[in-house]
Amino acid sequence: MGMTLAEKVWADHLVRKGDDGAPDLLYIDLMLMHEVTSPQAFEGLRLAGRTPRHVDQLVATEDHNTPTVDIDRPNPDETSATQLTTLERNCKEFGVRLHPLGDADQGIVHAFAPMLGLTQPGMTIVCGDSHTSTHGAFGALAFGIGTSEVEHVMATQTLSLKPFKTMAINIEGDLPADVSAKDIILAIIAKIGTGGGQGYVLEYRGKAIEQLSMDARMTICNMSIEAGARAGMIAPDETTFAYLKDRPHAPQGELWDQAVEYWRTLKTDDDAQFDAEVTLRAEDLEPFVTWGTNPGQGVPISGSVPAPEDFADATERAAAERALDYMGLEAGTPIRDIPVDTVFIGSCTNGRIEDLRIAAEIMKGRRKADSIHRVLVVPASSRIRLQAEEEGLDRIFKDFGAEWRNAGCSMCLGMNPDKLVVGERSISTSNRNFEGRQGKGSRTHLASPAVAAATAIRGTISTPADL
Amino acid sequence: MEKLTTLTGTGVPLRRSNVDTDQIIPAVFLKRVTRTGFDDALFYAWRRNPDFVLNKPEYADGRILVAGPDFGIGSSREHAVWALHDYGFRVVIASRFADIFYGNTAKNGVLAAIMPQESVELLWKLLEEEPGRQMTVDLGQRTVTCGDVVLPFEVNDYVRWRLMNGYDDIDLTLQHEDDIAAYEAMRAERFPFKPKTIPALHEPDQAIESAREPQGDEWAGPIGAR
Repeated sequence: MGMTLAEKVWADHLVRKGDDGAPDLLYIDLMLMHEVTSPQAFEGLRLAGRTPRHVDQLVATEDHNTPTVDIDRPNPDETSATQLTTLERNCKEFGVRLHPLGDADQGIVHAFAPMLGLTQPGMTIVCGDSHTSTHGAFGALAFGIGTSEVEHVMATQTLSLKPFKTMAINIEGDLPADVSAKDIILAIIAKIGTGGGQGYVLEYRGKAIEQLSMDARMTICNMSIEAGARAGMIAPDETTFAYLKDRPHAPQGELWDQAVEYWRTLKTDDDAQFDAEVTLRAEDLEPFVTWGTNPGQGVPISGSVPAPEDFADATERAAAERALDYMGLEAGTPIRDIPVDTVFIGSCTNGRIEDLRIAAEIMKGRRKADSIHRVLVVPASSRIRLQAEEEGLDRIFKDFGAEWRNAGCSMCLGMNPDKLVVGERSISTSNRNFEGRQGKGSRTHLASPAVAAATAIRGTISTPADL
Repeated sequence: MEKLTTLTGTGVPLRRSNVDTDQIIPAVFLKRVTRTGFDDALFYAWRRNPDFVLNKPEYADGRILVAGPDFGIGSSREHAVWALHDYGFRVVIASRFADIFYGNTAKNGVLAAIMPQESVELLWKLLEEEPGRQMTVDLGQRTVTCGDVVLPFEVNDYVRWRLMNGYDDIDLTLQHEDDIAAYEAMRAERFPFKPKTIPALHEPDQAIESAREPQGDEWAGPIGAR
C-alpha cells in the first residue's frame, strides 16, 4: 500500500521504532526558538551540564514579547526586557544564531524562517510555539512543542513521539474571487471543530489548494492547530520550488537539483489510505468570521450570530451561551451589523507581504471610519516591513489613518503593550479569539485581511463587496 | 521528576469545555524566565470572579481537576502545566486533551487521565454534592475512586511507566545515542542539501527604522494609557 505525505516524512526521520508501546524516536532537522518558551530549556541544559547537539540546526529570534514602537529606546517593561536579554545571553553562551530586535531578519518565528529559505520540503521542524504548523505549507512536518521538548531537542536533536494519524482535507473546485485562505481554514475549523483534528496531521489537498500562493498556504497550515491538529501539510509543487529558489539558505547548484528530485517524491501516493477524510466545495465558501470565543465558533459573513438552542450537543450549547455573554452579542444579530472598535492586521497567520498588499489595495485612497478607534498594521517580520515600505504600502496605511508598526506577534496574544481594554471589540487577522487573548476582557472576531480592511472603512463587519 | 503512583486529594469540578491555555495562564505571565512560581497565575482571569470554583474554600486545596472536553487547547505554553502543578494539581481528568498539552503534562509529573464524558459528568455530580470530597487516583490500577464509585481511566502504557518511575526523557533518549549517530551518518549521505543555520546566510543588512506612535488630535492615544 502507498504512503501519505506525512508518513513519508516520518519514515525519512525515523531514528528508532518504539517497541512495546513506546514512542518512536524522530530526528529533528530544525528548531526555531524565541524568548518566551526557551529560557527554562536553556536553564535545564545548563543545570544538566549539557550543550546543544547541533547548534547549526537551531535558530532564534525575538517576537512574542517585543514592542512594535520605539524599538530603539530602552524597553520600559523590565520583565520583558529581562526575558529578551536572557535569550541574548543564552544564545551567546551556547552559540545559537539569533536575529534580535532591530535586525533585518527579526520577526515572528514562522515568518522569518521561510523567508530565509530555512523551511524546506520534507523537513521536520519544531518550535516552542503551536503555530509551527505554518511550515507544513512547504511539505515539511512541523509542529509545536513544550519547553521540556525544546530542551530535549537541544540535547538530542530528536523527539519521542507516537506516529500521528492522517486526515485528508479536500478543497475541491475553484475558489470564488472574494474567498481567501483565511476563509478556507475558518470554514474547515467550523466544520470539524476545535478538537476535530486531534491526533492527526491534516493534509490539505485539491484544486483550490494547489492554486494558492505560498503565503496563502502558510495561512491555512498555520491554523491547523485551531482545528486540534498539531500539524498541517501541503505537498510541495512548482509553486513551492519557485518560492524557495535563490533564498539565502536554499540549496545551490547540484544540491538544488538533488533536493528538487527528492522533494518531487513528497506527495501522497495514489493508493495511500488516510485515516479520515473531509471534503469541502470551494464554490460553497464565502468570507468567514468568528462570533464566539473559540476558533470553531465561526459563520459565513452573510450569516447571523447563532442562538445556543441551535446546537444539539449540550457541551457546545453551554459553550455558546458563555461565548455570547462574554462577547456581548445577541443571538440573531446579522454579522454585518456588528460594530468593532479596533482593527488588527498582522500575526503569523496573516502578517505576510501578500496580506499587507490585500489590505493596502482596499484601503488605498480611503480613510478609516470615524467610529474605528484604532487600526494597527504589524508586519510579521522586519524584511516584510522593508518590502512593504519599498512598495509604498506604509504610506497607504498611514494615509488611511492606520498605525504602521515594527514586526512581532503584537496584538495577537497581548504579551506586549498592544492590547485591547475590557469590552473592546476587534476584528483581527490573527488566529485565536479566546477570552482575554488580546487583553483582559477583549472581544475578538477573527477574519481575513480583506474583511478586516473593509471593516475598518465601514466600522461594522464588512467585505470589500460592501464598499 | 517526582514519581506519581497513587494520589488522594480534593477533587475540583470545572464544568467547562475547550479550556484553552490562555485561560489556564494568560500570556502576560509568560515573561518570567523561571520554571516555578506560577501558582497565582493559574486561571488568573476566572479567579477574579468570586463564584469561580477555586474560590470556594472547600475546593481551594484541589489536587485533582475534573474538566470538560478539549482541555488544554491553543498555545503550546508549558507554563500551563507548571501553573497547574504549582497550584497543587497532579492530576487532570477530561474526556479529551489537546495533543501538545497532553505531552507537556507527563514531562512534569502531572497525569492527564482520559475517561468518557459520562464518567466526568458523574464525578462532577459527586464533587458538587459534597464539595471538598477526597478522591483517589491509582495509576497502577488505572482507576479513580470517589466515595463508593470506582471509575477506570485511560493512560498510555509508556506515559504511565514514566510517571510511576519519575524517569527523565532526555536520559531515556540518550540510551539510544548509537541510533542517533547512525541516523546522522545516513542523513549526511542521503540528504546533503538539508539546510544548516550556521554560517548565517541572509539578504544584505538593512537598518530597521523604529516605528513611533502617531501624534496629533486624531490619534486615540497610547494603548497602555486607556
